Amino acid sequence: MDLFLQQVFNGIMFGSTYAIVALGLTLVMGILNIPNFAHGHLYMLGGYLLFFFGSTIGLGYWFGLIVSVAAMGVVGVLMERIVYRPLNDQPHINAFIAAVGSLLFLESFALVVWGSQGLRIPNPYPQMIEIMGITTSIQRLLVIIGAVLLIAGLHLFMKKTILGATIEAVAQNREGAMLTGINVNRVSAMTFAISAGTAAVAASLLSPIFMLSPSMGAILGMKAFVIVILGGMGSIPGAIFGGYLLGLIEALGGGYLSAAYKDVFAFGALILILSIKPTGLFGQKEV
Amino acid sequence: MFTKPIHTKLLYLAILAAALLLPWYVPDAYIFQIVTMSILYAVAASGMNLILGFTGQVTLAHGAFFGMGAYGVAIMTKAGIIFWLALPVSALIAAFIGLLIGLPTLRTRGAYFAIVTLCFGVIVWIVSGNWVELTGGHNGIFGIPRPSPIPVPFFGQIEFFSQTSMYYLSLAVLLLVLFALYRLVYSVFGLTFMAVRNNEPLADSVGINTYATKLISFVAGNFIAGLAGGMYAAIMGAVSPSAAGYMLTFNFLIFVILGGMATLPGPVVGAFAIPVLMEFMQFLDDYRMLIFGALLIVVIIYFPMGLVGGLRRLNQKVAARRQQKVSESGHASR
Amino acid sequence: MLRVESVTKRFQGLVAVQDLSFEIIKGEILAIIGPNGAGKSTVFNLITGTLKPTSGQIFINELDITGAWPHQVASKGISRTFQTTSLFDQLRVIDNLMIGYKWRTKLGFWNTLFHTPRWKAHQAETYQRAMETLKFLGLAEKHDQFVPALSQEEQKRLAIGIALVCKPQVLLLDEPTGGLIQEETDRVTDLIRRVREQGTTVCLIEHKMQMIMGVADRIVVLNYGKKISEGSPAEVQSDQAVIEAYLGGEVHA
Repeated sequence: MDLFLQQVFNGIMFGSTYAIVALGLTLVMGILNIPNFAHGHLYMLGGYLLFFFGSTIGLGYWFGLIVSVAAMGVVGVLMERIVYRPLNDQPHINAFIAAVGSLLFLESFALVVWGSQGLRIPNPYPQMIEIMGITTSIQRLLVIIGAVLLIAGLHLFMKKTILGATIEAVAQNREGAMLTGINVNRVSAMTFAISAGTAAVAASLLSPIFMLSPSMGAILGMKAFVIVILGGMGSIPGAIFGGYLLGLIEALGGGYLSAAYKDVFAFGALILILSIKPTGLFGQKEV
Repeated sequence: MFTKPIHTKLLYLAILAAALLLPWYVPDAYIFQIVTMSILYAVAASGMNLILGFTGQVTLAHGAFFGMGAYGVAIMTKAGIIFWLALPVSALIAAFIGLLIGLPTLRTRGAYFAIVTLCFGVIVWIVSGNWVELTGGHNGIFGIPRPSPIPVPFFGQIEFFSQTSMYYLSLAVLLLVLFALYRLVYSVFGLTFMAVRNNEPLADSVGINTYATKLISFVAGNFIAGLAGGMYAAIMGAVSPSAAGYMLTFNFLIFVILGGMATLPGPVVGAFAIPVLMEFMQFLDDYRMLIFGALLIVVIIYFPMGLVGGLRRLNQKVAARRQQKVSESGHASR
Repeated sequence: MLRVESVTKRFQGLVAVQDLSFEIIKGEILAIIGPNGAGKSTVFNLITGTLKPTSGQIFINELDITGAWPHQVASKGISRTFQTTSLFDQLRVIDNLMIGYKWRTKLGFWNTLFHTPRWKAHQAETYQRAMETLKFLGLAEKHDQFVPALSQEEQKRLAIGIALVCKPQVLLLDEPTGGLIQEETDRVTDLIRRVREQGTTVCLIEHKMQMIMGVADRIVVLNYGKKISEGSPAEVQSDQAVIEAYLGGEVHA
């Protein structure tokens, strides 16, 4: 029973990360109708920027986190401006290819700057605590609480601010939003900033527990795609629900499946579901 | 209808002659190996170009289908099946698995297909590294035999033990693939690929089965990838998961885009120019992918037709200016 | 020859077309008119299989084509154009037309790969038919140009040509003169008449009343997805329901 609870706890922790990363991705895909293949790599870069600001410069964990999230927001805006906006009027596949270019660029950037060997961010809260029979570190608990706070904050932002409402409107219906006179370019840039910033939050929360490596974004990014497609593009509840679900399935199924094939099942499930329902589990929109 | 100007034909003939005589003026075994690999990459990239460039479907599993061909030949020839049977069978397996993946996913438009193929590429890569009984795991398979000699009446037999003979075999495969693609693409049938890429609803409305067109393109492109992979296994004598990896897909993508997508010479130019460039850029080491990643973005934004497309446009401009000059001088003399 | 029988289309509770029945008679020019949002384009999309009707049936020569795929409908001899001029704008003019003729031929994968005798014959036939159509459209000398080099009117003509090249039985034209000035409209209208004289039945959606009254044999009037009137131009013009629908909504001159 304890082992089961422990696995559930781990599942929720990974699910928190998945949910945040998928959240940022679903917004971008809903807004721009293009798959940002580099989204996982934004997560990776967020982790490294925390290392840079927190450890290399010495701002410490919390201050480093704030600075790295802000810096990633800028990176998001730059990415939208430099890579995607010039391709707005061109065939969609050109933007797909540019996304692959960004992915290669970001990964080799991290490789060049920080090297291929794993880096460790000092864990600010390594103390262990025990709740309900589960032994865990405070940092792991922080991942879960941080994710809940971020999701709640983002929800409030979407529902209570005009900018948030605008983003949601564009995500759900780009043409309709354009007709009502919304500046879609500004919304796109803001969405990229939020998307990259939230990915950095997820990376900052999780990276004191695991090593940083330039390739860590690739698989996570793909899992985010799986979640977004299953949850429906542009759907925030779908991304959150799907994120926690995937985390739990992996944690609980991990004992029965071999570790090497764990990812195969997630991607296999995606192909299978798309075969049966080509528009995703909850989605209606074709992109 | 689809003819090329005479000077372009002459250029192609010169390149062909240079390629045929290459073993005489490139004695360096290492460079020779790079050129042979480039031929195979050109074959695979041409297959990707059929799907991506001409039909407009972003496939990100091309390395996986290349790997299926490579592992297919490796496994079959190790099991005693002759290469000349193993190669087409491996390519057919790649094509068939492509059909299975394409059937459900090509009904959807755009992003879904790209994402699913990316995921499928990763699956194949993971499986190739972990299914030890079949693929040898991370060590891969080595000691793959060379193709058996072909008996030729009155002549003896053609043997494939030397690097030179494998070079000519690869060149023959490339020429055959380009010839087939040339026939397919420059025809009314080929126009339907471009119709699907350009305007799918209109293609539908003029009686083109767009779904079947995409499937044919995807299956044919994967067959070509499998063919290239099978040749790779025979030449290298060994395969490892990197021959099925998604980095390979990205390399093919770079060849196609920088060389010029939706042009037949584009992927060939890319597959030859870029590995050579990378050799010269050896000192840059890790920076190479940084540069090519950035280059991919710049080219797709400003020169979406790549190097070959850019040269063609330049050629047209020169031709137009010359014509203008001729007509001007004609007016002057009057 | 083409019969729409009590067809209804709902979009998430919204009724776009309601219990609509009408017939296109061989050799005529039928116009479908109605205020904006009356469901005219939806009717075309339902006939051509782009949309599936919620209920009702569609027949061509008594053959049920309800729910068929667009490419299947096209191969039954029903061609269409789109409201926004839809062309293969990355290709040359002649290529646009050859694509339109392809389904009539056996220019498939294997025939093309092996250049069979059949391929040679059909490829030549396709080219010939495309050039013939270009002459009919008055675009023969532009066959080698790319689509963006054409004027707006020429593009509209080409769009009709793509639909016409395969010798369809019925040609559905969605606002063939939309956005054109009077002079250009007259020329395209003339082209439509010549299409009918060639033996192709025409059904068109249009806003320009003067043009419709001049060219159409019969008119079907839609309002809010329902047929409110049908008959000759004169009959429709004097129909009280039509006058009310137009005065109540927008007036199109």
